[in-house]
Amino acid sequence: MITIINYGLGNLGSVQNMLKRIGAPCKITSDLKEIEEAEKILLPGVGAFDSAIQKIDELNLRSVLVHKAKVDKIPFLGICLGMQLLTRSSEEGILSGLDLVPAKTIKFKFENTSNLKIPHMGWNYVTQNTPSKLTEGFTADHRFYFVHSYKVVCDNPTNSILKTNYGGDFDSAIQNENVYGTQFHPEKSHKYGMHLLTNFSKI
Amino acid sequence: MLLIRYIPCLLLKDNGLVKTVKFKNPKYIGDPINTVRIFNEKEVDELIFLDIDATPKNKEPNYKLLAEIANECFMPLAYGGGIKTFDQAQKIFNIGIEKVAINSSVHENLNLITQISEVYGSQAVIGVIDVKKNFFGKKEVVYNSANNKSKFSPNEWAQKLVNAGVGEILVTSVDNEGTWSGFDIETIKSITESVNVPVVANGGAGNVEHLKDAIVKGKASAVAMGSMVVYQKKDFGVLINFPNKQLLNEIK
Repeated sequence: MITIINYGLGNLGSVQNMLKRIGAPCKITSDLKEIEEAEKILLPGVGAFDSAIQKIDELNLRSVLVHKAKVDKIPFLGICLGMQLLTRSSEEGILSGLDLVPAKTIKFKFENTSNLKIPHMGWNYVTQNTPSKLTEGFTADHRFYFVHSYKVVCDNPTNSILKTNYGGDFDSAIQNENVYGTQFHPEKSHKYGMHLLTNFSKI
Repeated sequence: MLLIRYIPCLLLKDNGLVKTVKFKNPKYIGDPINTVRIFNEKEVDELIFLDIDATPKNKEPNYKLLAEIANECFMPLAYGGGIKTFDQAQKIFNIGIEKVAINSSVHENLNLITQISEVYGSQAVIGVIDVKKNFFGKKEVVYNSANNKSKFSPNEWAQKLVNAGVGEILVTSVDNEGTWSGFDIETIKSITESVNVPVVANGGAGNVEHLKDAIVKGKASAVAMGSMVVYQKKDFGVLINFPNKQLLNEIK
């Protein structure tokens, strides 16, 4: 059973629909007790870093999420902003992240002469860095839907499991033991997203 | 490298899908849910739904239909039509739609964009600019189904939308919409050169060459298609379709 954390931000319906489609049982909750009993956690997220952290703190979810990830060591996946929340901080805000992966979140910056737009929005390819169960079976064709203005930078390159090029390579999926994050939206990425979520459901 | 997005732009009226010509004469195309299923099969990059009835008839967005659409979509989804308040936008995000497209209401209240983007991020807000040539051939920004006129030029308005917090701009040529005659490249180019957010070209797509022009000449980040993906060809019957991916991949 995958427990999808509902903290008031994020694309819960789409994640749930894709999990249903691939036959992975899941439920959406913000209930502390239910989260304490979770076997697998999926942390979605769309929006601004500080408003997400504020909501998580208002619902008193921080300590249970950290406990499940660090002590119980259950498989834990953050998607998009959900991945950025796994880092210690973000240039988008001033509040502390969950600090589950040694990494920080910074803003995309390009030279004025560059024609690259921010946000990085659309379909882009991924290349494998450190091998991971989450990305097993990925090919050169695998592409995903991205939409973000901030990117994650791992302190240690081995925590980066996928890289994507947008004005240089950045960490598009990360892993620290049982904690995973994807900057892209698997739930909006057709069969490629189904592949990734199927991998997650089997971890 | 980031891929160019090719986006069916689908028009809603009541509970059905319609297609207009120059924003007029909506013709019934079919059931939106069936259409979404077909576009899922074709693995299209993204979908934009615009409710053309919501603003002129002062209606709420059709949340029930949007929820059904979102449930079927395994690709990104944008919705526009009749959004006037933060609460309405929030309802749409909660349904599982990741972007709201805003047009008419912000001509009176630009702050709505800021309110939404501060909470959901600028990538969640598309600023819609409808452009129409006036009697003297001058390009003007219009809204409320092209019934009202803005005092700002397309470039000025684009800048205002970006300053307010939109993460993307959808530019539609009212004169070209539904005509299969190609995009208004001049306007698209002038907007893409004046703002630093992605611009989606819309209105007039009739063939792959037109799409290429919008990308190569207009410097658009994405291209929206209407008639081309719902009709077999010009003046023919309804056929939900999508251009050959191989041909699209050759556009650079």
